This record gives sequence, structure tokens and C-alpha cells, in this order.
Amino acid sequence: MKELLAFLPILPEIALAVGAMGLLMFGAYGGERVVTTIQGLSVVLLIFAAVLAAMLPDSRFGTSFVVDEFARFLKVLAFLGSAVAIVMSLDYLAVEKQQKFEYPILILLSTVGMGMLISANDLIALYLGLELMSLALYVVAASNRDSIRSTEAGLKYFVLGALSSGMLLYGCSLIYGFTGTVSFEGIAEGSKHPGIGLIFGLVFLFAGLCFKVSAVPFHMWTPDVYEGAPTPVTAFFAAAPKIAGIAIFVRVAVGAFHEIVPQWQQIIVFVAIASMVLGAFAAIGQRNIKRLMAYSSIGHMGFALVGLASGTAVGVQGVLIYIAIYLAMTLGTFAVILAMRRNGEMVEEIGDLAGLSRSNPPLAFLLAILLFSLAGIPPLAGFFAKFYVFLAAIEAGLYTLAVIGVLASVVGAYYYLLIVKIMYFDEPVQAFQPMPGELKAVLGVTGLFNLLFFVYPAPLIEAASAAAKSLF
Amino acid sequence: MYQTIVFLPLLGAIIAGAIALYGARLRFAGDVAAAGHDHAHAAPHDADHTHDAHDAPQEPAALGSRAAEVITTSFLFIAMVLSWLAFARVGFGHYDERVALFGWIVSGDLKIDWALRIDTLTAVMLVVVTTVSALVHLYSVGYMAEEPYRPRFFSYLSFFTFAMLALVTADNLAQLFFGWEGVGLASYLLIGFWYYKPEANAAAIKAFVVNRIGDFGFALGIFAVFMMTGSIDLDTVFAQAPALTGKTIDFFGWHADALTLICLLLFMGAMGKSAQFLLHTWLPDAMEGPTPVSALIHAATMVTAGVFMVARLSPLFELAPNAAAFVTLVGATTAFFAATVGLVQNDIKRIVAYSTCSQLGYMFVAMGVGAYSVGMFHLFTHAFFKALLFLGSGSVIMAMHHEQDIRKMGGLRAKIPFTYWTMVIGTLALTGFPLTAGYFSKDAIIEAAYSGKNAFAFYAFLMTVAAACLTSFYSWRLIFKTFHGEPHDKEHHEAAHESPPVILIPLGALATGSILAGLPFKEYFAGHHIEEFFRESLKQSGEIVEAMHHVPIVVVWLPTLMMSTGFLIAWHFYIRRPDIPVELARQHDVLYRFLLNKWYFDEIYDVLIVRPLLWLGRLLWKGGDGIVIDGLGPDGVSARVLDVTRNVMRLQTGYLYHYAFAMLIGAALLITWFMFAGGPH
Repeated sequence: MKELLAFLPILPEIALAVGAMGLLMFGAYGGERVVTTIQGLSVVLLIFAAVLAAMLPDSRFGTSFVVDEFARFLKVLAFLGSAVAIVMSLDYLAVEKQQKFEYPILILLSTVGMGMLISANDLIALYLGLELMSLALYVVAASNRDSIRSTEAGLKYFVLGALSSGMLLYGCSLIYGFTGTVSFEGIAEGSKHPGIGLIFGLVFLFAGLCFKVSAVPFHMWTPDVYEGAPTPVTAFFAAAPKIAGIAIFVRVAVGAFHEIVPQWQQIIVFVAIASMVLGAFAAIGQRNIKRLMAYSSIGHMGFALVGLASGTAVGVQGVLIYIAIYLAMTLGTFAVILAMRRNGEMVEEIGDLAGLSRSNPPLAFLLAILLFSLAGIPPLAGFFAKFYVFLAAIEAGLYTLAVIGVLASVVGAYYYLLIVKIMYFDEPVQAFQPMPGELKAVLGVTGLFNLLFFVYPAPLIEAASAAAKSLF
Repeated sequence: MYQTIVFLPLLGAIIAGAIALYGARLRFAGDVAAAGHDHAHAAPHDADHTHDAHDAPQEPAALGSRAAEVITTSFLFIAMVLSWLAFARVGFGHYDERVALFGWIVSGDLKIDWALRIDTLTAVMLVVVTTVSALVHLYSVGYMAEEPYRPRFFSYLSFFTFAMLALVTADNLAQLFFGWEGVGLASYLLIGFWYYKPEANAAAIKAFVVNRIGDFGFALGIFAVFMMTGSIDLDTVFAQAPALTGKTIDFFGWHADALTLICLLLFMGAMGKSAQFLLHTWLPDAMEGPTPVSALIHAATMVTAGVFMVARLSPLFELAPNAAAFVTLVGATTAFFAATVGLVQNDIKRIVAYSTCSQLGYMFVAMGVGAYSVGMFHLFTHAFFKALLFLGSGSVIMAMHHEQDIRKMGGLRAKIPFTYWTMVIGTLALTGFPLTAGYFSKDAIIEAAYSGKNAFAFYAFLMTVAAACLTSFYSWRLIFKTFHGEPHDKEHHEAAHESPPVILIPLGALATGSILAGLPFKEYFAGHHIEEFFRESLKQSGEIVEAMHHVPIVVVWLPTLMMSTGFLIAWHFYIRRPDIPVELARQHDVLYRFLLNKWYFDEIYDVLIVRPLLWLGRLLWKGGDGIVIDGLGPDGVSARVLDVTRNVMRLQTGYLYHYAFAMLIGAALLITWFMFAGGPH
């Protein structure tokens, strides 16, 4: 019994993995008929895993897997993100006749990797989680095999992902070589007197992690993959994997390298500035809304990293608040993008939203709320997200970073407001087809969350605060 | 009683305003229903003439027009009766009063109460304002009968009356300024009453802007008074004024005599409001407003506010002889200048307007030489005959179907006899025909100017005497060209008809006033009873009045001689030999044009002030705001943002090896950075 209890910390991941394999068998024998059942069961499984993850006590599985407040907070977010991504794909896949039972199972497997990644406490676990997550992502990116764009997206993601994995592994081996250990505690111990070799290892490790959160200059895959992949896949990409990526980024930086904060701070500051600025500027030129969301997510990752750059508990709290609100904003926005269907065809141009305020006022209003929130306009949730990370940066004395961040958010506000303007002031084009119920639900919940967050922000802020403190 | 006098017109204005607003709402609702059928009514604009209400939108009268007329007019008549009672009570019963109403502003040392200051000076103004205003209200009922927006008009008219009454009852300078700006606002609104006429709008703006220049000085003067005395309450200021003698106001190393500077600044306000030389340009243009407005505001009351203000502040001006001399200079110059321009004007209302300007100059001459009561006398009499001339002109204009050019009139005497005779009475009074009202007051001013002691008194004497001759000439020219001779516009002449009684009654009343306002009051304003009549309200040395009574007999008869000369020349030119003026104008073309174009003041201001300001404005707008601020600010930044965007997008080539290269370069950059700069410390 005692031996069995030792597996308790990884129970959610075990549940997901076993469930995924069971569903795979079910699907393999049941064929096309059971796709809907598998989709539903996957969502149930993810929610079950999220509940499990939230209830686990602080514990460890050996030295390589840790459950703490930080892990609980982010696992809940990631699992829910995956669940919502599956829900949002239902209508799309049905209409596009791409219902394959492997799709939800791949997402489940990817989510197992995320759970692993969020709890990883040594370099081996980190790599395992990262690859498990990414391999499933490569496949789903190319899931629409008949589309050249989709397969191109999957291939690009795979090749560049392999390159980034190589860099990450090279960094891991350098770190191991200079500290003699792979565990984060050991690395922290060994980095008290850092040499240039360890720093090199840090740079390569961070390069690999930056790739996963699509931070500049390791972001190049993002626009092409976001645009090329089927839209539900893009929605999934923009949500859960980003959370896992940020999670491991924070845990490595704060857990393993807290002795050399000034060193990695320089990297994070550079990457954050580059991401915010590029995200803001490049998005202005986009006409495709999925591509625009790619740059938007690049920019938002930059803002989230501003919190990390401060290297303090307040900063990490800011990151966690940011990523939670980002999840809500992104899922809501993609719910609208998935509803942009006209005459049975998906449309993806920003101009297709023209006059939405007249053809579908509630949809336009909620999207406007989400866009204002993404732009960081008070009193919407997106404002508080930015507020906390900038506050942390200022408290840490990173004034330049904060000022550049604010300026970048001003530039970024342009393209969000441009969409609002197109919706409200341009001449209407043909109305979209009616929105499926599950998308309405996602949009309604996320829109109201963004609108009303300021009324009662305490739960999220306190949870983030507790999660951040558990790392220090 | 005094509260009633002041606030009854305000109540009338509010009621009429409410009616106007209510009517506008209905009208708007009707417009929506009729889907803009009004557009079809825009009549072609006749640019050759300045016409009253010629091209007004043909609309039905606003709802409640009659009610608004009746309410405001009857309120004004009540106020008029009360004012005459107050005049008797204060002027002859010697009951001065200070009616405290409520506290207004308390800020640090500055404490301002709203109070009505009732003394003889105020009482005279109350009578003038309410009488003319009541008659003009009555007259307007007839004159504006075809006007669709009457409630608005009467609301403005009553509001003006309230503001003017607030001005004349002011107990402190802030209250005075309130009334001052109130009448300015009403003037602006009424000049621009026909807002669909571009000239009316331009004239309204011109009046407002030119008055701002004067008001700027006025406000500075009030600030200076507060700085030197710590109060703007009139009694306090007057009590402290003697102590200010010899004190200076230091301003950037310039030590100005305090009292002189204060008086000059305050007089600047008077120059603007009373259209004195240099700031006179707005008054003739203000004739774009409806004729009753010209009579009330731009002849009888508002423009005399400057004169009243100088009289009210006589305790200060008495202590500042240099400022008083300046007042004399400006007044005399205006009296002569405006009279010369009046000689050749052809618009009936503009002639009367320049005459007003000139007569205001007379009043300032009296003020400048210290004969405040004499100036007030002329203000009092002038209100009657000038209002009469304006209203008479209005009657003529109505008879001629909104024709204002006297060259197109002629021979109207038989057609509109009542108007003719009242106009003649007004002209007699204006030119100072013996025993009319103007005779006493104007002659008194000329005598005062002769007796005056300051540097410009004799200059003022010469100017006023010359102007008396010119006044007589242009006034009779107006009468002869309008009413005598051959009709020049047969069509209009045939259709000309006498105005209705509602218009003729005010004319008759004012004509009576023009004859009777002089003799009974002579002793009180310019004779032996000045002291007991005005008491504390004016600070006037007895010397000037004493000297006036001992001027040479030549001086006494000179104005009458001048008046007769002017009359004879006018008769010779326009009745006996109508070809002479044409010939004269041809021979002295330069002089004629100089006068016709009003000494080219508008043109000079245009070149000296308006164009440089427009140039500066355009420079700051196009250069400063457009190129520098917008260029470096919003426009420039957004353009640079787009440049950056374009370059960033170019990086996204779609080629896998470019992406991989970017990643490697990124990693290499970071490595290089740590190797050389940011490595382990």
C-alpha cells in the first residue's frame, strides 16, 4: 500500500495516460462511430484530472517530480485549457468532416506531457515532459493531412522543434557537465560559483524553452503554424502548451538558477523586450486573424516574461495572473474565430468582421470586450494582468523594461482597436452562420470573466500569490 | 421694488426662453415628420443690399409667440412704471439705498456680495433702460410680426434688459462686470439673431471680439483695483482712493501711477463697450441685427454703459487728471471722426449708428473735463431721440420693404407722415434745435468743454463744435433724401404704407421724450441743483459747472449757429441743388472715398492685426501643430510604426532555413553577449 501511495503525486498524469490508452483501444475497435463518445470522455477525463491535480497534497515522486501550489495552480489551468480546446473543436471537426478519434487522444497525451513539464524537478523530467507534449503537438498541427498548409505547418513545427530540442539538450548537457547533477536543487547548489560554461548551458536551455513559449527570436514558427494548422488546433496551441511552457520556464529560472538571477535576468529582459516589440509591430501588418493572434500571443508571452524578469515572488505572481487571464482572453477570442463561418466556409480575414456590431451585436460586444482586454484597457481583466507584471518590474528596478512594455502595449492596442473599429464602424458584410452552443458558452464565460474580473479579483490573485510563494 | 425692477425682465426672459425651447422641440419633431421639407424655402440671397429679414426661412410662427410677447412686454412696462417711481423717490425724495441680496463669492480676502446700489445715477439709468426697453419691446411686437422665432427674440431682449439693469445697479466691480458681460452676450446673440445671414454672424463675432479687447483692459483694471485696495466694493474703493494718490504700480521695472493706470485700464473697457475711436469698428456692423435691437442696445443703453461706468467711477477719475484728459481726447476725436464718416454713408441705419458713435464721444468729452452730470444729461436725452431715430428708421425700412439705402428712397413724407414728423423731431433734438432735449444737453457739453481745464479741453471744444455742424448736415441729409424730393424707387414708393399703431405709439412716446426730456431736467443735470440731485453718486467739482455758467455768449450761441449752418448746407445740397453733392464727390474723390470707407479703419486693422494674426495662426497650425507636433508626434510615430511593421514582416519569409537561422543567430547573440559583457560577475 505504501508503495502504491508513492505514486500518488503523479496520479493525474497516470489517469490521463491510462485513460488515453484506453480510449485509443476503444477508438481502434469502435471506429468512426465512437468518435463523439471519445471526445466527450476526453473532456471528462481532463476535468477529472484537473480536479485530482487540484486536490493533491504537497509531495514528490522521487526527486524528479514535485507537486506544490505552483504545480496545482498551473495544472488546473492547463488541463482546463486542453478540455476547452477539445470542446471548441467539436463543431469544426464535425462540419469539416475531420472527425478522427485520434485527435482528442493526442491532446490527452500532450496534456500528460504538460503535467509532467509543470511538475518537472530535474532536467530529465523536463525533457521527457517537453518531448511528450511536443510530439503530440507536431502531429495535431498536421492533422488535416489533405491540406498543404496544415502539413507544411506540422513539418515546420517539427523541424524547428527538433532544432530547439537539440539546443535544449545541449544546454542540459553543459549544465550537467558543469554542476554534476540534473536535479534542480543540485543545479542551484552547483551554480553558486558559475563559470562561463554553466552560463552557456543556461543560454541554450533557455533558447529551447523560449521556442516553446514562442518568444523572440525563437518565435519564427508561430505565425506560419498558427495560420496553417486547423483553427481548433491553433486555439489549442495558443492556450495549454503556452501555460506549460511558461510554467517550466519559471520553475527552471527560479528553482534551479536562483543563485544566478542577474545572469538569466539579462536573457529574459532581452527576450521579453524583443517579444513585446515584435509582437506589437508585426501584428499591425496582418490581415489574417489567426496570424494576428500568433503575433498577439508572441507579444503576450513577452509581457508575461516581464514578470519573470523581476525574479521575485511578486513577479512570479504577476506571471501566473497574466497567464491565467491570457488563457481566458485567448480561448474567448478563438471561440469567435471558430464561429467565423460563412456559406459553409471558414473565413479568416480581419475584414470579414466588418459591421459585426449590426449583424450580431452580442457577438461583437463580447469580442470587443475581449479585444479591449487584450489591449490592456481598464477596468478589464487584461489591464490587471499587465498591471501586476509591470508593478513587479518596477519594484525590481527594471524601469526601462517597464517603460518599453507600456509603449509596446500602446502600439499593440492599435491593432486590437482596429478590429473593434472594423466591427463597429465599417459597412456590414454578410452575416456569419449561427454560432454553435459550445462556442457561445466559451465566449460568454470568458467575455464575462474579462468584463467582471475587477469586481472580485481576490480568488485569482490570492491563488497566484500562494502559487508563487511555493517556489521561493 | 428695486428687486422687481431688476429681476422682472429676467423672469420674462426665462419664460420666453422656455417657450422658445418648447417650440423648438415641437418644431424639430415636426421637421422629422416632414422629412426636411424646409429646404425648399431657402430664398435666393440678394447680395446687393443689406436687408432686414429679407431672406428669412418662411416658417409659421413659433408656438406661444403671442404669449412670449405679451409676458415680456407687460413685465417691462411694469418695470418702467416702477423705475419712474424710483426715479422720483431717489432723485427728488433723496432716498439712497443699498439693497443687499445675497453673498456671492468669498475667496481669501476677496468677498463679493450681490447688492443693488440705488442712488440718483442708478435711478437715471433705470429710467432710461426700462423706458426705452419697454417701448422697444412694444415696437418689436409690430416690427417682428413676420418673424417665426419671436419667443427667442423676446427672451434675448428681456435678458439684455436684465443684464443692463444688473450693470447699472452694481454695488461692486464684479457685479458691474457681470452685467457688462451679460449685455455683451445679449448683444452678440441679438446681432446674430438672423443666424442664417453670414453678415449677421460676422458682425456678431466682430462685436464680441472687439469688446473682448476692451474687456481685457477692464478686467485688468479690476485686478489692479483689488491689488491696490484689497477690495472691489465700490464704497470701500472710493474711500481708499484718495490714499492711492502718488502710489505706483510696479510692473517689470515700469513704475506707473496707480490711479492713472487703473483709470486708463477701466476706460479701455468703456472704449470697447461704447465704441470709441479705435475700438468703434464693431458698432456700424452691429446694424446687421434687427432694428429694434439697434435702437435699444446700440443706441440707447448698452453703448452708454461705458459712459455710465466712468460716471460711476468718477471718484477715481477725479483723482487721475491724466486719465481724464485721455478720456477727453478719445471722446472728442470720436465725436468728430464718426460725424465725418456719417456725412457720406448711404445706409439709413449706418448713418444713425455713426451718429450714435459721435454722440457717445460728446458724452465722454463731458466726462473727461469733469462735468459728469452733463455727460449723464446727454446720455439721458440721447436715449430718447436716438432710440426714436432708430425706430423711425425701422418704420421707414418696413415701409420700403426692407430697403435700407437712402439713395433709393425719397418723397416718403406724404406716404408715412407720422413717421416723418417723429423723425423730424428726433433730428431736431439730435442737432440741438433750441428747446428740444438735445439742445440743452449738447450745448452744455460744448460749454463744459470750453470751460474744461485739462490739456485736451480746447481741442475737445473745437471738435465738438465742428461735429455739431456735421451732425446737423448728415441728419438733415438723411431726412431730405428719405422723405423729400423725387422717389427713386417707384415700385417700393408706391407700395409704401404707414406702420401699424403698435409701432407708431413708441415713436410718439419717444418723440414726446425727445422734446420734453431737456428743459425740466436742465437744472438738475447741468444747472444749480446738481449737488442736491446727484449727491454722493457723482464726485464732481463745482468749479466746472460754475465756469460753464460764465462762458462767453459766443460759445453759448456757437452750437446753434453750427446747427443752422449744417441745416442750410444740407438744404442747399439736397433740396435746392441736388447736383452739387454729386459734383463735389467727383471733384474730391480721394476725400469722398476716405470718408465713405470710414477712414479705412477696417482695412488698416485687417492689414495690421487680422492678417498677421491669421498668418501667425496659420503658421502655428500648419507649421507648429501640423509639421512639428503632428509630424513628430502622432503622424510621425504612426508612420515609423508602419515602417517597422513592414520590415518586421519582411523577416517572416516562410522559409524553414531562415527561421532556423534566426534561432541560431539569437542563441549566438546571447552567447556572445555573455562571453564579452554580461558573464559571471
